[in-house]
Amino acid sequence: MGDLITMDDLTNEEILQVLDSARRLVPVAKGEVYLPLLQGKVLGNLFFENSTRTRMSFEAAMKRLGGEVLNLSSVGSSVAKGETLYDTMQMVDGYADIAVIRHPNQGAAQYSADAVEIPILNGGDGAGNHPTQTMLDLFTIREAHGSLEGLNVVMVGDLRYGRTTHSLSHALVRFGAKITLVSPDTLKMPDEIVSDLKNHGGEITETEEMSSSIDSADVIYMTRIQKERFPDEDEYMKVAGIYKLTEDDLSEAKAGMIVMHPLPRVNELHASVDSTKHAKYFQQAFNGVPTRMALLCRSLGIDIPEVVK
Amino acid sequence: MSEMRRVTAICNGTAIDHIPSGHALQVLRMLRLDVGRSNPISMVMNVPSGKMGRKDVLKIEDRELNQEELDRLALIAPKASVAIIRNYHVAEKRTIELGTELINIVRCSFSNCITQNTREPLPHKLKIISAEPMEIRCSYCGKNQDINEIVDYII
Repeated sequence: MGDLITMDDLTNEEILQVLDSARRLVPVAKGEVYLPLLQGKVLGNLFFENSTRTRMSFEAAMKRLGGEVLNLSSVGSSVAKGETLYDTMQMVDGYADIAVIRHPNQGAAQYSADAVEIPILNGGDGAGNHPTQTMLDLFTIREAHGSLEGLNVVMVGDLRYGRTTHSLSHALVRFGAKITLVSPDTLKMPDEIVSDLKNHGGEITETEEMSSSIDSADVIYMTRIQKERFPDEDEYMKVAGIYKLTEDDLSEAKAGMIVMHPLPRVNELHASVDSTKHAKYFQQAFNGVPTRMALLCRSLGIDIPEVVK
Repeated sequence: MSEMRRVTAICNGTAIDHIPSGHALQVLRMLRLDVGRSNPISMVMNVPSGKMGRKDVLKIEDRELNQEELDRLALIAPKASVAIIRNYHVAEKRTIELGTELINIVRCSFSNCITQNTREPLPHKLKIISAEPMEIRCSYCGKNQDINEIVDYII
């Protein structure tokens, strides 16, 4: 029940409840208030694939709430010796109260959830889903625009392998977003996702060209073309550096438009954007902490007090 | 000439009618009747059909298909009619129903799915998203399966 594998595990109402909780937890996330709601609880941080922000922000979230963290990395552990995911998860089931898993194989999070009793949070499975990233993205968008309803969102870059855009687009169409998908043909959003988005009533436009979408956007969500997901270097070189957002591109943008990026960035988002009022990506990275705090509490059935002081 | 006269009546067994034209061999594979079985099987392909234009028909002697086998059949021939024959008469008509989930019937074809590791012990699970047109998705990785190739992934 406490699992979060895809955004389908949360209703719109639950999403808004988690975002409300996250807002209340911001002072705790900043370390201004100590609120040990998760004292005595242990989080299993299972990263079978590299991560910086997701792993660290989960750890920060757990520790700010008084909980403990066990870290597993696949290098040098029993995973490297060929242990099945099922067996690894049986061990974690005994050691931790909740676990977050990132895994290179798609479906690994659902598989883990089926294998154990403790709640599982999907921290990214292959090119599949990344719902806790989506929740912090939604938090960032809602804090900037005051609402999630009916926004004009432009997603740019690797929409094929970029799991953050898969989960985020699913969630946004449920709130009536109009989504423009900008990518080279080889990195288009997978057909089954586009078909799902349309079935949910989403107004979806697919294009290879970025500049004409900027002026009407409420949110521009940039993503990195992920070298590590390409089977060969030649294919990567054909599309690397195809999109570059600079300060000059934003001259006609709406005043309240925000630029987001799950980070790390390479050259798709120029440093000149950092100093503009539109830049929200570093705030977005911080927002991972209060949002993941709220998600940990939800999965563990811990109520968050109305006023956090 | 009607298809009934192309193949002699069987004494006991299962008759599967209204298989989409050209799919009888896939049905045999899906039911795992193509290897290691000694039952006599009669097959006609591409015969005229009032309902379907053209169809295939299979008759399997001395074998009554069970529900699990009929569930497999639903993936290739959801509109087939199945009759259990006893002593030259239709003893039972069985309906084919496409359920909502296929458990350990077909494995996911996606090369990066967690279930590709054959040592992982949990069952293979695929969800039926829609029957017409048929859309099947892995319950773990969420990838849509190519219906035309699904017979290659039977367990």
